[in-house]
Amino acid sequence: MSGNNLLSDQGLRLDGRRPHELRRIRCKLGVFEQPDGSAYLEQGNTKVLAAVFGPHQASQKKMNVDEVTVNCQYSMATFSTGERKNRPRGDRKSTEITMNLQKTLSAAIKTELYPRSQIDVYIEVLQADGANFAVSLNAATLALVDAGICLKEYVCACTASLSKNNTPLTDVSHLEEVSGGPTLTVAALPTSDKIAFIDTSQRFHLSQLQVVVETAQEGCRQIQKIMDEAVKKHLTEIGAAGDWSNIAK
Amino acid sequence: MTTHVNIRLAVDRVNNSILCQGLVDNKQPRLFTPGEVVTSQHGFMKGHGCYVEEDEIKASVAGVMEQVNRLISIKPLKSRYNGEIGDVVVGRIVDVQQKRWKVDTNSKLDSALLLSSVNLPGGELRRRSAEDEQMMRKYLQEGDLISAEVQNIYDDGQLALYTRSLKYGKLSQGILVKVFPSLIKRRKTHFHNLPCGASIILGNNGFIWISPTVNSEIEGDGGFTQNLTDVIPRCDREVIARLRNCIHILAQCKMMLYDTSILYAYEESLKYDVKDLLNQECIFDVAFLTQHKLRIQEI
Repeated sequence: MSGNNLLSDQGLRLDGRRPHELRRIRCKLGVFEQPDGSAYLEQGNTKVLAAVFGPHQASQKKMNVDEVTVNCQYSMATFSTGERKNRPRGDRKSTEITMNLQKTLSAAIKTELYPRSQIDVYIEVLQADGANFAVSLNAATLALVDAGICLKEYVCACTASLSKNNTPLTDVSHLEEVSGGPTLTVAALPTSDKIAFIDTSQRFHLSQLQVVVETAQEGCRQIQKIMDEAVKKHLTEIGAAGDWSNIAK
Repeated sequence: MTTHVNIRLAVDRVNNSILCQGLVDNKQPRLFTPGEVVTSQHGFMKGHGCYVEEDEIKASVAGVMEQVNRLISIKPLKSRYNGEIGDVVVGRIVDVQQKRWKVDTNSKLDSALLLSSVNLPGGELRRRSAEDEQMMRKYLQEGDLISAEVQNIYDDGQLALYTRSLKYGKLSQGILVKVFPSLIKRRKTHFHNLPCGASIILGNNGFIWISPTVNSEIEGDGGFTQNLTDVIPRCDREVIARLRNCIHILAQCKMMLYDTSILYAYEESLKYDVKDLLNQECIFDVAFLTQHKLRIQEI
């Protein structure tokens, strides 16, 4: 199905990674002052900013008396793709991603704790280089953690693909996406081994699907570990500046 | 007209992480992150920031554990304001409704200020009539700032406020600074008349009100008077602006805010111009010296 071969004879991918290698992930929490929580995350060349406002009083129209309303907005900067493109109100693809983000985040947030409230999640892609949904979700999770919103656990997403000789590949870059490999996106709750969201761009052979899903889940677990470290480091920085006096009773 | 603009690259930014060093190793508590198992032993109860799954208590926020006997809760280092009865808050009126005002207090839901829990002009024992309900917008309208105390917390977490004390009421001239609620240290009093010539209200909800010191005896008819005609002299305004910048510095470096820390930061900042306090170097310098002073005092 795939046009080019995604894996060289030496077993390396187009950008020189090994099949199960993630791209480099760097993240930072609390990048803004104004929102309740914010995060910046880059995975390879995909760079995303996320900001969370709330929980705050929901407007009368959106209010749900039992649980919180999660409101997402995913947008891509004009300069984020190879070709400059102005999307003032987003295109169909970003509307879809917005909806998927909303559903996936609602699965992780303990929604019953915030009745009649609303949480706004704003995501801006600064540079798009594949796996935009996955990276956006990871950034949104970090921003939610920064905002002190109750989550069941981290919700992380990772993509996976399949090379011609049926080797599963973790964390697909833009080049691999357009080279014709099928892409599978999984958003998982890694600790409890649950899947919150799954999406494929093309067909997989049934015998291969299980392997690819597991590859993506393994990627999620690795990403969770990286995010956990970043969160702990951030907490230490906040706490230590005030000599932890804010937690002392 | 020429203006002086200071542009710098992101790589040249001042690294504030030195502030986090020093006492780290001996005091750092254990940190929990969402989904992490806090305890799997029986006989513990879950509090805020926890949930039970498969007989294990798990954390749902990133923060530190607090244990009161058998009750375990995880406290996030940063979150929206969780009200407690008796807290002093500063809030902004967002809506006038029948018999109540809705107040934005940085909590999860808008707080309520009932008409019956304010001091109306004309004595405490005055009955509240239908006319008062129609006059509500005259007392407080949308956009007004008030200081109040938390009287009650409803089941859904909404706060009920009251201003039936001469301490509380409408705020007139001054500056509002918003910080994260967890940065405000709980003290006996949150109203301070600082010796540098300004008054400060440290709302537990992270809203801080800085105003020129006024003789409190003049006010006295329920706190609805707003003195907008008096011109505050320039020197007072400079003091207020400097305090605002000092609070901003402390908040940016995640240091606790209370009368002593603000005063120390104010003293350290005196060698700079007010406007220079927005520079990263000055922010770091003032924060570092303040932290040093606070630590010396502790030991």
